[in-house]
Amino acid sequence: MAATILLIVISAVFSQNFILVKFLGICPFLGVSKKVSSGVSMGIAVTLVMVLATLVTWPLYTYIMVPLGIEYLEIIFFIFVIAALVQMLEKIIEKLSPALYRSMGIYLPLITTNCAILGVAELLLVSDLSGVVPGLEAGISMNLGFALLYALCAGVGFTLAMVLMGGVREKMEKLPVAKCMKGFPITMVAASFMAMAFYVFALL
Amino acid sequence: MNAKKYGKIAYDGLITNNATFKLVLGTCATLGMSTSAVNSFGMGISVTVVLLLSNVIISLLRKVIPNTVRIPAFIVIIATMVTLLRMVLEKYIPDLYDAMGVFLPLIVVNCVILGRAEAFASKNPVLDSAIDGVATGLGLTFALTLIGVIREFLGSGSFFGIKVMDFTIGFFTNSAGAFFVYGICIALFVLVTNRAELARRAGKARTLRIPDGAQPLPEPGKEEN
Repeated sequence: MAATILLIVISAVFSQNFILVKFLGICPFLGVSKKVSSGVSMGIAVTLVMVLATLVTWPLYTYIMVPLGIEYLEIIFFIFVIAALVQMLEKIIEKLSPALYRSMGIYLPLITTNCAILGVAELLLVSDLSGVVPGLEAGISMNLGFALLYALCAGVGFTLAMVLMGGVREKMEKLPVAKCMKGFPITMVAASFMAMAFYVFALL
Repeated sequence: MNAKKYGKIAYDGLITNNATFKLVLGTCATLGMSTSAVNSFGMGISVTVVLLLSNVIISLLRKVIPNTVRIPAFIVIIATMVTLLRMVLEKYIPDLYDAMGVFLPLIVVNCVILGRAEAFASKNPVLDSAIDGVATGLGLTFALTLIGVIREFLGSGSFFGIKVMDFTIGFFTNSAGAFFVYGICIALFVLVTNRAELARRAGKARTLRIPDGAQPLPEPGKEEN
């Protein structure tokens, strides 16, 4: 049991990192990672929405959509749930903590169209846990606890990649870069080297 | 006049505002699906189909959808199109369906589609929106296929699935190679289009200077009066 949990954590955070290995959530990764602080805010917001979305979509799919036989509507249902959650969260944060809203609020509307959120909801729709965590022996069936843990760790992995990239880009601002490589190209190449580092975890 | 306008829409979608290389939108699908040329071409065409259908429908409904709820309405339309596409692919092209995996439902949150809906289809007539959808989609397909071809050639030594050489570099098949090839492709595309644009402007300036003192031809419309 403990080994299973550890494997989920390592897999979701490092070896199957959402940004650098699975290519989910690249848009905020390129757009909002100019500074470490904005990377942290975006990462926390994404993690929060990811866990909440999983908390709603997984039971919705397993206990309502499968018995009713309407699995084919999952895309429409999920995107609606995520959009509604993000709206709700925005209003709650605005009321509870205006300071937090100012630092995080601007990222919330962007999250609706973040592939990482819909991606985690879709990925977790497997009946066997080894479907999302490679290296795990088959036979452990998926449940809400594992799903939430995976979503949380995926969010942590996302935040980690955002923060690392923010640090790299803060340094890169000061470097002389060829004109045609400025902006996105050099960021992509930097991401490539980071992906190489994360690839090592998959070889363990 | 019309042909010129449609030509401009198409040129903008394909080159000037190329979604993949110039605007850098829809990156997840580009990086995730470009391990082989066939897969990336399939992804590009799928996005083009969704883009065309959603642009047409949104353009038809642009006067009906209230402004305040337009984003949720667009998303539902796009999600419906993707659901239909998923059913069609599952039934008729199961290989591509399997290869696309999680990236097929993720077409819904591809920023290119929502971006075109918001920026173009919600403000323009149906035919313009359809042309814009096809042009943007083909620009994206071209870019994806290019990255797919490069990665497949260097990473697995084949071209559209046909083995051409035994020498392979594993780097290009994994995620690090995807970022690297994409970054280099953006840099080259921007470099080439900027050069072409400069050359075009220089050429235009020259042709404007040549007819020194030449009488402008009378317009056919004016002669009739």
